[in-house]
Amino acid sequence: MEDQQPRPPAHRFGGELTRREVVAAAGAVPLAAMLPTAAAAQSHLAGRTGHNEATVTVRTVINGTPRHLELDPRASLLDVLREQLALTGAKKGCDHGQCGACTVHIDGRRVVSCLTPAVQTDGAEVTTIEGIAPDDQLHPMQQAFIDHDALQCGYCTPGQIMAAIACVQEGHATSREQIREYMSGNICRCGAYVGIVAAIEDAAPKMRRA
Amino acid sequence: MQPFSYSRARTAAEAVEAIAAGGQGTRFLAGGTTLYDLMKLNVEAPRRVVDVSGLDELADFDTSGESELVFGALAKMSDVASDERLIRDYPALSESLWKAASQQLRNMASLGGNLLQRTRCAYFRFGEPFQCNKRKPGSGCAAIGGIDRGHALLGGSEHCIATYPGDWAVALAAFDAVVDVLGPKGRRSIPLQELHREPGDSPDIETTLAPDELILRIRVPATDAGRASTYHKIRDRESYAFALASAAVAVAFEDGAVSEARIAIGGLATRPWRAFEAERSLIGKPLTEEAAKAAGARALEGAKPGHHNAFRIELGARTVADALMIAKARA
Repeated sequence: MEDQQPRPPAHRFGGELTRREVVAAAGAVPLAAMLPTAAAAQSHLAGRTGHNEATVTVRTVINGTPRHLELDPRASLLDVLREQLALTGAKKGCDHGQCGACTVHIDGRRVVSCLTPAVQTDGAEVTTIEGIAPDDQLHPMQQAFIDHDALQCGYCTPGQIMAAIACVQEGHATSREQIREYMSGNICRCGAYVGIVAAIEDAAPKMRRA
Repeated sequence: MQPFSYSRARTAAEAVEAIAAGGQGTRFLAGGTTLYDLMKLNVEAPRRVVDVSGLDELADFDTSGESELVFGALAKMSDVASDERLIRDYPALSESLWKAASQQLRNMASLGGNLLQRTRCAYFRFGEPFQCNKRKPGSGCAAIGGIDRGHALLGGSEHCIATYPGDWAVALAAFDAVVDVLGPKGRRSIPLQELHREPGDSPDIETTLAPDELILRIRVPATDAGRASTYHKIRDRESYAFALASAAVAVAFEDGAVSEARIAIGGLATRPWRAFEAERSLIGKPLTEEAAKAAGARALEGAKPGHHNAFRIELGARTVADALMIAKARA
C-alpha cells in the first residue's frame, strides 16, 4: 500500500554505499579478501560505523553440517549464508521481507532469511536450496519446476522452490486457489506464476509418495 | 546499521531486568520482522537488543477455555491462524492472521510483536529528505499534502496521518481483548483498545506500553458472537498486501434481530478503530443490506480525506457492510 509510493532518491540511506558500489570498490582485490565476514560484506553495514563491540557465538546445523559461527549480531542469515558460507542459492531480492527470494527453512518451517538475524539460528537447523536433495539428484519440486517451465530468469526460483516445498508440507497445496494464496509471499517479476502453480500441483502428490 | 550489543533472555523476568539495566535505547527483539527491518533502514537504531524469542513460557496459546482465549505473546501468527477451534469459533481472529503478510513472515512474527508493528508510511520508512514527526519529532509531516493514498482518514492530527497497518489488533479490538504486560513494577493489564494511541502532537509515542514493559499474553473474552464473524480485507491485490480498508465484524441474533454487534475497522485509521455508533445502530433490528450499508456509512463518520485517499471512505463503508453480510451468513 503505502510502500508503493514513489520512493525518495537513492541517496536516502545517508552515507551508505550500495552493494554495487561495495563490489565495484573491491575491484581487483582477490576474491578471498572480498568475502572476509558477513558483516563487512553486507551492504547496509558497509558505510556505517565499524564492527560491533562483541561477536556472538552461534551453533547451528546448516544442510546437515554442524557450524560454529562467530557473528556480528547485525548480520542477517541471508548474508551469512551467501557471504560467509558460500551458499549462494538463497538470493537477495529486496532485503526487506517483501519478495521471498531468500526463503529458507528453519527447523522445517519456511522463513525469509533476510529478516532473520543470524544470531537467532542458534540451536536451529537451517535448510537451503543446496540441502534439499543429494548432490546427484533433484528434489521432486525442482524437477517439476523444470517440467513446467516455471521460471524465466531464475532469480526468484530458489526461494520459490523452498516456499513451494514448505507449502506442500504444510498441507497448503490442495487446490490452485490455495497454492496461489500460500505462495503469495514469493514474487516473480518475469511472471512465471502459471508454471509455478502447475509445478506445485504436479510435485505435491510426488512429495507425499516419496 | 548501528552496532548494538545483543543478549538473550531466558525468562520474562530476566528480559525485563535486562531492559531496565540497559536503559534508554534498549529494545526487545522477537520475530524481528518489524524491528530488524527498520534497523536496516536506520529508522530504528537500538544500542542494546534483548532477544526474547526463546522465552518458551510465552510461546503457547489456548483456545479451549470456557471464559477466555489465551494467546502467549510469542505464539507464531501461522500457528494460531491454523488453529481448528479458532477457525470454527472465531473465524475473524483466524482470518486477521492468515490474511496478513506471507506464510514466511507469519512463521516468524509473534502475536505480541504484531500488535506493535509500525506504520508502512513511506515517509516514515525511507527517511531523509522527507520530514516525519514519528521518526524525528518536530520535523514535520511530509504525508500531509503529499502522496497520501494509503494514509489514515480517521484519528489523524496535523502532525501525523500514518495508518496503523496491522490486522490482528483490529480483530482483537472488536472482541474486547486485554493485553497482559510485565514491567519493572510488576504486571498490569491493558485493554487492547487503550494500547494504541492516536498521534496527537506526539506521533513518535505509539502505544501506552512503557519502553521497559514486555507483552506476556493476549486474552480474549469468550463470546457466542465469535462464530458469526469475519475479517474482511480489501487490498490492491488479492493477497500479501496491506489493507486499503478492512473490517472485523461479529454478530449475534435473537428472534431474527441483532442482539450483539461488534465492528472494528483497519487500514483506515491511525490505530485499531472500534465503531461503537455503527454497532449501536444495528441492535434490535433485522440485519438487512440497507441496515448494513447504513452501519458502514456510520463507521466512517468523521473521516477526513486528504489529496488521494477520499475513495477509501466509500470503500471502507462498503467493506463494513459486506463484512456484516458475510458474518450474518455464518450465524
